[in-house]
Amino acid sequence: MSDLPLIQADRAVPPPAATTTTRGRGRRLRLLSGTDRVVITLMVLVPLLLVVGLVWLPAGATVLLSGTNWDGIGPLGEIDWVGLKNYDDVVNIYPPFVPAVQNNLLWLAALFVVATPFGMFLAVLLDKEIRGSRFYQTALYLPVVLSLALIGFVWQLIYSRDQGLLNALLGTQTDWYGDPNVNIWAVLLAAGWRHVGYIMLLYLAGLKGVDPSLREAAAVDGSSEASTFFRVVFPVMRPINIIVLVVTVIESLRAFDLVWVINKGRNGLELISALVTQNVVGEASRIGFGSALATIMLVVSLVFITLYLFTVMREDRR
Amino acid sequence: MSRPRTEAEYLARLVPPSVAGLNRRSLLAGAAGTGALLGTGLLAGCGSDSDSGADSKTVSIGSNASDPTPKDVLAKLAAGFQTKSGVTANINTVDHNTFQENINNYLQGKPDDVFTWFAGYRMRFFAAKGLAGDVSDVWGKLSGFSDAFKKASTGDDGKQYFVPASYYPWAVFYRKSVWQQRGYQVPKTLDDFTTLGTQMKKDGLNPIAFADKDGWPAMGTFDILNLRINGYQFHVDLMAGKEAWTSDKVKKVFDTWAGLLPLHQPDALGRTWQEAAQSLQQKKSGMYLLGLFVAQQFNENEQDDIDFFTFPEIDSTIGAKALDAPIDGYMMARKPKSEANAKKLLEYIGGVDAANIMVKGDPGTLVANTGGDTSGYTALKKKAAELVGSATEIAQFLDRDTRPDFASTVMIPALQQFIKDPKDIGGLLTSIENQKKSIFTS
Repeated sequence: MSDLPLIQADRAVPPPAATTTTRGRGRRLRLLSGTDRVVITLMVLVPLLLVVGLVWLPAGATVLLSGTNWDGIGPLGEIDWVGLKNYDDVVNIYPPFVPAVQNNLLWLAALFVVATPFGMFLAVLLDKEIRGSRFYQTALYLPVVLSLALIGFVWQLIYSRDQGLLNALLGTQTDWYGDPNVNIWAVLLAAGWRHVGYIMLLYLAGLKGVDPSLREAAAVDGSSEASTFFRVVFPVMRPINIIVLVVTVIESLRAFDLVWVINKGRNGLELISALVTQNVVGEASRIGFGSALATIMLVVSLVFITLYLFTVMREDRR
Repeated sequence: MSRPRTEAEYLARLVPPSVAGLNRRSLLAGAAGTGALLGTGLLAGCGSDSDSGADSKTVSIGSNASDPTPKDVLAKLAAGFQTKSGVTANINTVDHNTFQENINNYLQGKPDDVFTWFAGYRMRFFAAKGLAGDVSDVWGKLSGFSDAFKKASTGDDGKQYFVPASYYPWAVFYRKSVWQQRGYQVPKTLDDFTTLGTQMKKDGLNPIAFADKDGWPAMGTFDILNLRINGYQFHVDLMAGKEAWTSDKVKKVFDTWAGLLPLHQPDALGRTWQEAAQSLQQKKSGMYLLGLFVAQQFNENEQDDIDFFTFPEIDSTIGAKALDAPIDGYMMARKPKSEANAKKLLEYIGGVDAANIMVKGDPGTLVANTGGDTSGYTALKKKAAELVGSATEIAQFLDRDTRPDFASTVMIPALQQFIKDPKDIGGLLTSIENQKKSIFTS
């Protein structure tokens, strides 16, 4: 569910471009042959059907189901309509909801303020072609490649209270995964560990693409390393910066796997996506209730997506 | 949520369904009705080709026995059945966790004729929804099951929907050598139990090993305290949503538990049951309330050193004869392709021949049919079988005795909240009751 609106984000960009093209080339369009028209129609129709069928319909169904108490059993015709009861329950009598919202925001903040800048910083360092940069690059990117189950297991070995590496090294008895005041930070560290590698690689690719003559020119003009980066390289990399920004927001909204692997998103590790899964997937099958949570998440995602689209489109118009 | 039996199974359940082959969106889509196809495609599709014809010489089994040992046992059962009846049993094995998570879609699609499942509310729920077949006439031909097993196989309408295969009791486990060395005695009452725990603490042990990272082990503690304080019938009614969680009876359970918590191993919420069991194995903990599967965490040469006692009496009018002993077994689909063969298979599985195959093949479980030749049991297993045999009532464990949505979305967080902060019992019980009302009335 969590990645559902993100596809909308991707899809939502082309339409304005398309409308301006048709408006501008209205007359020339008629010059197209019959085959061309069929091809163009198909090219529009097929993706449209896919998007509607795989994104909009399920999303709409989720919103509709959030007003029911369906348990996933029996024909659709027997579903009872309960109105806003699920939302009422989510807010008023469902204890994990508030921590989940807080944790989601914390996740966004941590990735945005700490992990992403750190990933950028590492990319800049590696871009300096220091000795062994290949090795560092691989080491830092490794967590992105590892499977989630493995990541969960690796960190369990580190964080385990009785048998973990961390407590053995520090001589402490901190309950890294069990103490709800500590575990979210422990998990954020693990999530950041993965996120940093991802951002680093994206950013490194961007840095490699910066025209070297720009730096040379800056150097000739007597610009320092730092001011070259902030005044020349950073602005030039605007497309990459936007991608990094979007990836960060996406990653924090769909944060799910790590907490699920650790303790299924309970006891201090609540996330809305984990709550949706707890309720909808599996035997619990509170489809209606889970859909209400999913709808709330959709709304939260839409806020970010709207902000993003608004910024991007306004800048494109300039 | 079943207890993981082996490390491999434990690892397998670490893999979220999104990684294990189903992504979240397709599950959601499945939930929305469009994905019934997907669920059944995954679960039932694999083996249905072979018996798609009206051939009456085959029967299919949907199995969650994805671990090597139980898988092997089921294969032997199928072979034995074929020899005996001439009917081929095709087994469709699905990863244990995936099987459980897709059970709704699976049963509404085209399930196998016979499938593995659990006794208790989980069975009654699907029976009441009309998703399981009545096997009362099979029960007419079965022998060797105690009344407690029959009761656990009976749906709300008084008919049987389940054939038990194996089970494992919950009890308090300890190491004989540690107890002999320190001169500990098996406690008979709650006071004895507390005194013993205090002594263990003085001796530098964790009196009671404890873990609840996965959410379910603490349910066992709640169950046994509730059974000892309020009795079996109250447990059943409470789990069925008929009793109020805010009542003094439930409050007494939590109060008693709060009194025992200082004797439990601290920081349970970050620990897995395996880690807690290892603290018992390493002689750092004095005892551990868990299912018989705790023995897996002990080495071969330590198996004789494990012993157990049933949780002591708290109220003399209630006694100490009820216990948790979850039963695994088989059910029949509502419309099997061949009902006659499915029933034949269930009769075979519930019979003595099958029991003997299970005793020999799987050292990890107890066999439900008392007619089986149990001479191969270890001393521990013999004692466990006796314990269950002498039990007056057998509960199935909290998450098998109540609605799955209530157990997993309300009780797990609530019990973890209690372990975290045992002081606000009143507020916790009000929260549980509010959520219970909303879930049970929907």
